[in-house]
Amino acid sequence: METPVNKPKQLRIALRNCGMLDPENIAESIVRDAYQALGKVLKEYSPQECINILKQSGLRGRGGAGFPTGLKWEIASKSKSDQKYVVCNADEGDPGAFMDRSILEGDPHSVLEAMAICGYCIGADKGLIYIRAEYPLAIKRLKIAISQAMEWGLLGKNILGSGFNFEIKLCYGAGAFVCGEETALIHSMEGKRGEPTNKPPFPATSGFMKKPTNVNNVETFANIAPIILKGPEWFSSIGTKNSKGTKVFALAGKINHVGLIEVPMGTSLREIIYEIGGGIKENKKFKAVQTGGPSGGCLTEKHLDTPIDYENLIAAGSMMGSGGMIVMDENDCMVSVAKFYLDFIVGESCGKCTPCRVGNKRLYEILERITQGKGVMKDLDKLKNLSYIIKDTALCGLGQTSPNPVFSTLENFYDEYYEHVVEKKCRAGHCKNLFHYVINEELCVGCAACKRCCPVHAITGEKRKPHYIDSNICIRCNECIEKCSFDAISIQLEPKILV
Amino acid sequence: MVPKLICDDEMADVHAPATSDKDSLKVTIKLSVEKINAINRICASYDNDPEELISVLHETQNTLGYLPAEVQEIIAHNLKISAAHVYGVVTFYSYFTMVPKGDHPISVCMGTACYVRGAEKILDELKKELNINIGETTPDQRFSISCLRCVGACGLAPVMMVGEKVYGRVSPNDVRKILEEYREDNCEECKPTQQL
Ligand SMILES: Cc1cc2nc3c(=O)[nH]c(=O)nc-3n(C[C@H](O)[C@H](O)[C@H](O)COP(=O)(O)O)c2cc1C
Ligand code: SF4
Ligand code: SF4
Ligand code: SF4
Ligand code: FES
Repeated sequence: METPVNKPKQLRIALRNCGMLDPENIAESIVRDAYQALGKVLKEYSPQECINILKQSGLRGRGGAGFPTGLKWEIASKSKSDQKYVVCNADEGDPGAFMDRSILEGDPHSVLEAMAICGYCIGADKGLIYIRAEYPLAIKRLKIAISQAMEWGLLGKNILGSGFNFEIKLCYGAGAFVCGEETALIHSMEGKRGEPTNKPPFPATSGFMKKPTNVNNVETFANIAPIILKGPEWFSSIGTKNSKGTKVFALAGKINHVGLIEVPMGTSLREIIYEIGGGIKENKKFKAVQTGGPSGGCLTEKHLDTPIDYENLIAAGSMMGSGGMIVMDENDCMVSVAKFYLDFIVGESCGKCTPCRVGNKRLYEILERITQGKGVMKDLDKLKNLSYIIKDTALCGLGQTSPNPVFSTLENFYDEYYEHVVEKKCRAGHCKNLFHYVINEELCVGCAACKRCCPVHAITGEKRKPHYIDSNICIRCNECIEKCSFDAISIQLEPKILV
Repeated sequence: MVPKLICDDEMADVHAPATSDKDSLKVTIKLSVEKINAINRICASYDNDPEELISVLHETQNTLGYLPAEVQEIIAHNLKISAAHVYGVVTFYSYFTMVPKGDHPISVCMGTACYVRGAEKILDELKKELNINIGETTPDQRFSISCLRCVGACGLAPVMMVGEKVYGRVSPNDVRKILEEYREDNCEECKPTQQL
């Protein structure tokens, strides 16, 4: 597991215990204040008082949209029903983010405790954790943590003699990104296909088994106990005007120190990349950071000094998402990055509504054409128009945000699109159809080593005479460059007219 | 519809609620009695509760390796839901598979972190080495390739897994070496079964 890179600049609230204790031994968690907040809430506060503390703290959901947590709990608490549910969304689907996994593996009790507090506040006695099947260790640790907490009387019936009951059960995901969306998640927990439904009704009024359900993200829950123990003023003193507290980011990609970091809201990208992350790998040139996963966008050089919070990221054409930060350097082709995300979306679209199911496929095809050097200028307009249509008409959050990578790369890297389309050139040297293997006639001695190794017989030439590569046949496998002892073969980015 | 389940070695008649005799339908199930019993046990351990379908499928796949149509029919029958419902769920989630995977299922992470660190090249190399495509199994049933979306080990990107074992910072050159570990003569796991 990654250990968070420990550098000043950072402040650990959600990750406070990760790596500090043995998660399979509840006693160690208790020494570090686990279940203190639950005890305090049960003893000293009414549900509404506790909700007020959260509202005052300014905590917002860490799962994506940033909805105020206190308000969400209040709505659920006011729904009238004989049965309510607390759901923890641990379906961490954003590829490149793994903070939820680290919290569940490193400090499971912080989540269990907060779910119980939530249950007390909204009037629920059942909690469900929807966790990805791809996280076997987290599942194992959660099971151990739940059974230990039951043994210690911190979960189950009559918790700490207060008369409050709360039990927690695990539900497993099965590899569908859209199940992170809360209505889809609820359907999946009911044993159905994880297809989203229109909101309203919101889960807070009609969720799991049509009962009021409060869904929060793992990291959101991990922030609850410290807020109760240290007070809402402490929490709201950290961060920016509208985004309080800290955020965990998963630094990955072309950066020297990869791993989890937790920084106060409002920290700039420059601080994160260069001070905490140690700069770009191999001293290459920084190109972009992708935040918010497949629903997010790219931040570029001009955003390096923007304080990161919910509002600023949206203004910059991206979003917080779950906090994945993928750093890209000059060798990454932005058209291909957009294509990569669309490929992801096409694979993960549940297929329920047409704009997302068909529209994204068309977006993908256009991008594919462009990366193959077959794009025309009209494609760029098409991309944009279609993106707007999908955004405005898709049913759920997945479709509504799916064109974001296209918008954001078109906006920030129009040049690269232009080069692909007009000059048939990929400056990053990534798009296979837009670069060529050529043999330098002066260096080639005609040893035929390359000819023998070429898997598709793209190389021709007579013994001891300069050889030639037919670009139309070549599949860019790179085999010949490695075989040539005379450095006669090189990659040419400049376009060559294909016949 | 009255599905009559007939298994290979022995007739195992699983009774289904009869709706209309006219539509009675015979489904031949090519499964051993032990397997049918195992599936029944799993369903029963979840009280044959249709809401537990996904957990039942997880456990069945863990036991049998995959979820072919026959298996889905038995589950549908036990949980008193339509086979179409079960099929719909199985095909919706990428974790479930209807074809058997290789003895050593290989998964390549195609999450963003792995993608920018060259996962595509790893995948190309694997396809070339094994001569199969994504979602396919080698004719000798040893290997199969699939893609995953982030296993949460992004710091080690690019990541590939063989069975449960995770390989991090894989370069295309490592691929052959890794596969070598699992070839017949070298593979620790396979040796005992070969001697049987
Ligand atoms: C396509 C899609 C995927 C999502 N994936 C996740 C996820 O993996 N984890 C998560 O916590 N929230 C995810 N969300 C957000 C949830 O719908 C929901 O807003 C969140 O769990 C609420 O918790 P919070 O208020 O604590 O943020 C996703 C939303 C959409 C539209
Ligand atoms: S937007 Fe996409 S994922 Fe959402 S409901 Fe429509 S098809 Fe399904
Ligand atoms: S291997 Fe190099 S030197 Fe030999 S024929 Fe090919 S290009 Fe020429
Ligand atoms: S890159 Fe591969 S396919 Fe192309 S010429 Fe060289 S060996 Fe042949
Ligand atoms: S992107 Fe590959 S492990 Fe996360």
